[in-house]
Amino acid sequence: MIRVVLPAHLRTLARVNGEVELLVEGPATRGSVLDALEARYPMLRGTIRDHVTQQRRPFLRFFACGQDLSHESPDAPLPDAVSAGREPFVILGAIAGG
Amino acid sequence: MSGVRVLVGTRKGAFILTSDGRRQNWDVSGPHFAGWEIYHLKGSPADSDRLYASQTSGWFGQIIQRSDDGGKTWHQPGTPPGEPTTTPDGMPKGESNKFVYDASDATGKPLTTHMWYDGTQHPWEFKRVWHLEPSLDDPDAVYAGVEDAALFRSADGGKSWQELAGLRGHVSGPQWQPGAGGMCLHTILLDPKNAGRIFIAISAAGAFRTDDGGKSWRPINRGLHSQYIPDPTAEVGHCVHRIAMHPSRPQVLFMQKHWDVMRSDDGGDSWREVSGNLPTDFGFVIDVHAHEPETIYVVPIKSDSEHYPLEGKLRVYRSRSGGNEWEALTKGLPQQDCYVNVLRDAMTVDSHDPCGVYFGTTGGQVYGSADGGDSWAPIVRDLPAVLSVEVQTLP
Repeated sequence: MIRVVLPAHLRTLARVNGEVELLVEGPATRGSVLDALEARYPMLRGTIRDHVTQQRRPFLRFFACGQDLSHESPDAPLPDAVSAGREPFVILGAIAGG
Repeated sequence: MSGVRVLVGTRKGAFILTSDGRRQNWDVSGPHFAGWEIYHLKGSPADSDRLYASQTSGWFGQIIQRSDDGGKTWHQPGTPPGEPTTTPDGMPKGESNKFVYDASDATGKPLTTHMWYDGTQHPWEFKRVWHLEPSLDDPDAVYAGVEDAALFRSADGGKSWQELAGLRGHVSGPQWQPGAGGMCLHTILLDPKNAGRIFIAISAAGAFRTDDGGKSWRPINRGLHSQYIPDPTAEVGHCVHRIAMHPSRPQVLFMQKHWDVMRSDDGGDSWREVSGNLPTDFGFVIDVHAHEPETIYVVPIKSDSEHYPLEGKLRVYRSRSGGNEWEALTKGLPQQDCYVNVLRDAMTVDSHDPCGVYFGTTGGQVYGSADGGDSWAPIVRDLPAVLSVEVQTLP
């Protein structure tokens, strides 16, 4: 199972508390994890990546195992610790705004 | 007893204010969607329990929320959690937060750019929904005015949205330019006597009208004069802030422009100025009394750049003659040290008798008058900055 940490506002939208656990078929990549996340929580479509271009929304970033994976290819394999469920895949909102 | 439900959108959530027909004592619920910008909420004229809300965020984009019980509970009207996101034949189901410009060949001339601040062409980019206008007779039909300026429609209760691309595809589209607040389609008026006629307004392109249900559009800006654009009487380019109509006389329109209060008696074909004795003709809101089609309200604002009431005195101005002759309404409103703004979607009227008038401020106050504007009282004082105010008159 892949563990995903969502920003608070997206947890509210998805009506979940805490981490989300997802079963991802095939290699765990950012793209496959987000596909699985949006399939299970369709209300999150468009909130993390653009509906059409699939580009990451500018004020969100992706972290795992202490690394910023935001600029990695969406098809790049995630770290083994994420694939094995030992570490979460973190979707983080920019700390900004008023 | 009959009542009212005031729907307030703010920078940090939505609030619902309810009262009985006397409109003296109020219950406040909220914040709904805490922390999100709620640009607009509006109820269906065909079903008072059906509400739509535009929830938006610079981080997470656009969400459409819907309530089927008068605002007690809300949901996103797209595919429910746990259900397949495609139909058995593989077609994607509706997604309530998906606003994609129609660039298909079927539109005839898909547009991809408009004018940017510096005069260059800039791609159309969806940013947010400014205004939701439910159909007059179908709770599942609703229009959305968006930034960058375009008009969308949903026929399935907000589950999915389709652009009425004829507007953005108008030949003048490449000349449209954003105002300081963005290039927003902020006003949608549905003609109650002519199902095919819709009026819309865009900052800073101007007003447009369709007579065929949204397929084709034409600018209706003749008579507007804007000294801040290269050609002050151009067909498009005017910064229209708001248009209002009385449902009994849809051919009569009232407009608060960036400067000037205007009136049209021919469905927008021509306009004349009715600013008259206003202390300044700048402002954002304009609205019409529910039972007196010649009684209109504005809130004059000091500009260009201050955007607060003149002399620190918050005054609504009322004309009982359809413009030109205005009186200041001050009873119950702060008359010193008041430096708030009243944004374009933040005034509304109920249809009780006497007519109720409501407006919200960027200082977080929502003021109400239960006597057509003669006297005012704050319903709430300390909300986040108010973006929009609508009211439902409940049976």
